[in-house]
Amino acid sequence: MTQHTRVASTPAGTPTDVTQGSRTRGGIGESTLRPDGTLKVTGEFAYSSDMWHEDMLWGQILRSTVAHAEIVSIDTSEALAQAGVYAVLTYEDLPTEVRNYGLEIQDTPVLANGVVRHHGEPVALVAADHPETARRAAAKIKVEYRELPVVTDEASAVAEDAPLLHPGRDDHHVGHVPHPNIVHRQPIVRGDADAAAARADVVVSGEYTFGMQDQAFLGPESGLAVPAEDGGVDLYVATQWLHSDLRQIAPVLGLPEEKVRMTLSGVGGAFGGREDLSMQIHACLLALRTGKPVKIVYNRFESFFGHVHRHPAKLWYEHGATRDGKLTHMRCRIVLDGGAYASASPAVVGNASSLSVGPYVVDDVDIEAIALYTNNPPCGAMRGFGAVQACFAYEAQMDKLAAALDMDPVALRQLNAMEQGTLLPTGQPVDSPAPVAELLRRVKSRPLPPERQWETTEGADVRALPGGLSNTTHGEGVVRGVGYAVGIKNVGFSEGFDDYSTAKVRMEVVGGEPVATVHTAMAEVGQGGITVHAQIARTELGVTQVTINPADTQVGSAGSTSASRQTYVTGGAVRNSCELVRDKVLEIGRRRFGSYHPAWATAELLLEGGKVVTDGGEVLADLAEVLQDEVVEVEAEWRHRPTEAFDLRTGQGNGHVQYSFAAHRAVVEVDTELGLVKVIELACAQDVGKALNPLSVIGQIQGGTTQGLGVAVMEEIIVDPKTAKVRNPSFTDYLIPTILDTPTIPVDVLELADEHAPYGLRGIGEAPTLSSTPAVLAAIRNATGLELNRTPVRPEHLTGT
Amino acid sequence: MRVNFTVNGRRQEADDVWEGESLLYVLRERLGLPGSKNACEQGECGSCTVRLDGVPVCSCLVAAGQVEGREVVTVEGLADYARQREEGCASGACGGAPGGTSLQDARGWSAQGTDSHTGEGTELAPIQQAFIDAGAVQCGFCTPGLLVAADEMLERNPSPTDEDIREALSGNLCRCTGYEKILDAVRLAAARQERQEEAV
Repeated sequence: MTQHTRVASTPAGTPTDVTQGSRTRGGIGESTLRPDGTLKVTGEFAYSSDMWHEDMLWGQILRSTVAHAEIVSIDTSEALAQAGVYAVLTYEDLPTEVRNYGLEIQDTPVLANGVVRHHGEPVALVAADHPETARRAAAKIKVEYRELPVVTDEASAVAEDAPLLHPGRDDHHVGHVPHPNIVHRQPIVRGDADAAAARADVVVSGEYTFGMQDQAFLGPESGLAVPAEDGGVDLYVATQWLHSDLRQIAPVLGLPEEKVRMTLSGVGGAFGGREDLSMQIHACLLALRTGKPVKIVYNRFESFFGHVHRHPAKLWYEHGATRDGKLTHMRCRIVLDGGAYASASPAVVGNASSLSVGPYVVDDVDIEAIALYTNNPPCGAMRGFGAVQACFAYEAQMDKLAAALDMDPVALRQLNAMEQGTLLPTGQPVDSPAPVAELLRRVKSRPLPPERQWETTEGADVRALPGGLSNTTHGEGVVRGVGYAVGIKNVGFSEGFDDYSTAKVRMEVVGGEPVATVHTAMAEVGQGGITVHAQIARTELGVTQVTINPADTQVGSAGSTSASRQTYVTGGAVRNSCELVRDKVLEIGRRRFGSYHPAWATAELLLEGGKVVTDGGEVLADLAEVLQDEVVEVEAEWRHRPTEAFDLRTGQGNGHVQYSFAAHRAVVEVDTELGLVKVIELACAQDVGKALNPLSVIGQIQGGTTQGLGVAVMEEIIVDPKTAKVRNPSFTDYLIPTILDTPTIPVDVLELADEHAPYGLRGIGEAPTLSSTPAVLAAIRNATGLELNRTPVRPEHLTGT
Repeated sequence: MRVNFTVNGRRQEADDVWEGESLLYVLRERLGLPGSKNACEQGECGSCTVRLDGVPVCSCLVAAGQVEGREVVTVEGLADYARQREEGCASGACGGAPGGTSLQDARGWSAQGTDSHTGEGTELAPIQQAFIDAGAVQCGFCTPGLLVAADEMLERNPSPTDEDIREALSGNLCRCTGYEKILDAVRLAAARQERQEEAV
């Protein structure tokens, strides 16, 4: 009957719906939505600058107006006399002998001690009952400076009469650096570059300059310190690594770490700029001094002085190749300007040197990377971390080499592309997929956007042209260019660092449903780590509802939200703790129900859809019945494979854990008469290992790509070479891409699993920031025929005016 | 000084306001409405965008005294504003105190949302829902300003081209997303709006 009816309307054999129950919804691999999304769109999500406490005071920092000077005197009396001012603190008021802090080298004074080493260095603190009162009081502090000569570049840093930024250094790098104004030096020597150079048919070299980039996260440095009855302090702050902050804060306050209780407030972006301390110690000092809660919020001007920037760099490169395009050797020298304090400079040097060859096979190399101490603004972590500067230079070199060989630039790259098994210049084998040639093939095979895309039936749409709504051209003088680049970024902390994370996972029955709670100290800075934690818990524990506790120091360290490492390391820790919880749940199940079904003892058991099931899919029990009123909780640390330090002379060593690869193709249109650039399309292909949340993965790739675009054509902190003062500390003068500056960013995601990583995933956040900049530069060179060996490119570089 | 104005349909009175205080400061620090954000406080980033008598403005550039007797809508009031527009009552079309709570609404009031922790179940404006669905929110600091600006654009221009969207949102900086998902979100909100209108 049924069949007859069907035949009447549709032919037999017509495909029908097929359905399949999913295991646990919202698990890994799905684009689940952010658990904090609703709060963020309603304005209720509390960022660190939104913190409020009854009776709170406002803190203000007085910063140096000069880059290098002795402090002759500080007079705080007038500031203290202002109505509404509760405290004014200088170096003399610091409570203990620990008066410096720093990520690796404790060279940064909490408040200036008789000398300032860069423009904007903190000199004094004020607490008052209104932010404007605090600002005006700070302006009434009289500081007399005696200016000193400034160190601004390599020549002035190592000159015979160079002032030493940090006389009497006793850090662990001072023994192997050629000059005390050099923070760290990492050479890498492998093979015989001189002998290999003799085999080269073509040799190209170049000098490249990379400008100082700012992270320009939108949520300013801010937080609230609340003094506690036990003499300790509760600190609510936006940071990338709570426990690293804690380790630096507590000794300065003279408190044991357990009396400095830190909670992560809402973080408005980070990108490396919150790896170092900003207002943390200052707010705590003022709160402990006044006995009142103290809130500090930087404005944008202060934010430009309140965090480290991306190291500007000078890079010299030489590449050789045989006539058929095979690389013979590479020599390079990378000079990073670390500014007045060390911050993350040593690690940036390690990255720049070990990744200086790029994703290519070169057996004979001679590499040197150094970071300087200067009186320029301190530089440290920013997305891409040393690999960005190198990629800009080696990709320019690859194009130069292709031109000298009369080869297609993509073909040259593919011919020399690294693969799984290739040795890095450090001698370390790349032991997971490295689809470098394939990524290039993918971006190249994408159709190009149509020519003269600005033309409409109603004439030129100026919004699609260089100069945009300034209406500077309707297509006259506009030339198109196309450029390619590819890069390699390490994932996780390298060079022997004990890189681990901690996750506490609890499972219990609430309202008849099994639910999980995940507690880590991971800083959610916008990347979506908490989204992924919930997905991992669902996948591993078979629950629907997962609660993510706020990140704080009541749980063990999660390490930093940087180095593309959090999904790998804290994600790995959450998975590991979930597995331990699962074991305990199954133990309870065996105790309760083991005698009812032999599978409890014999089968591989999983938790799926709120049930205990066998790997064959047979349901053994509801989780609610298994757990009843028992609560299972595990807190455990998890680490990735250990790494080794690089040899200080040869640079050899298995220093890295994992790599991430991305390639870009940039299509630009350049108004050659005015020197204006419009990027039309910036296509990216990236291998992500496994996309735990595809929507978030694409968001990361597009965001990273755009930061690379920014430093290609607009972003640079300008430091006066004579005074070492910052000239453009505002969003009026430091430009980041707007929606009009940002092109379509099509993304092609590859998922080639890394067998060593949880779920096969790769850390993905940084790789797209590497290749985007050189791709845009290559496209502008392609359009204009100019050499363009510095970034960002400004109109005068294109017009020669 | 004392400033009287309407915020999200409610009359508000701010006392002891300094002459130099911005509308942004009064909203955030005096009225407990920190949804409008303080990314640059100099009119470059758009994170503090609110509507002042319907017009999108950077609230950091508006002196608090300038809003005396005027109406402000912030991201916290966006869902109500969108609902009232849907019902044809926004912009004072229904007379009386626009944006105010009617007696009937007040009687029917119940706690919004099913989860005080995550805000799940909260009634959202279409543009807010679209931002979540499209993945346009990362750190979220630019989001409130973008939502107010995008909602206003869709009110004026329900079927925007990509270039229209880019132009309308060019005063709002975002550092996380590269803007692609924001474009997706606005397109999505426009498409849903169109579909809903076709259904009516």
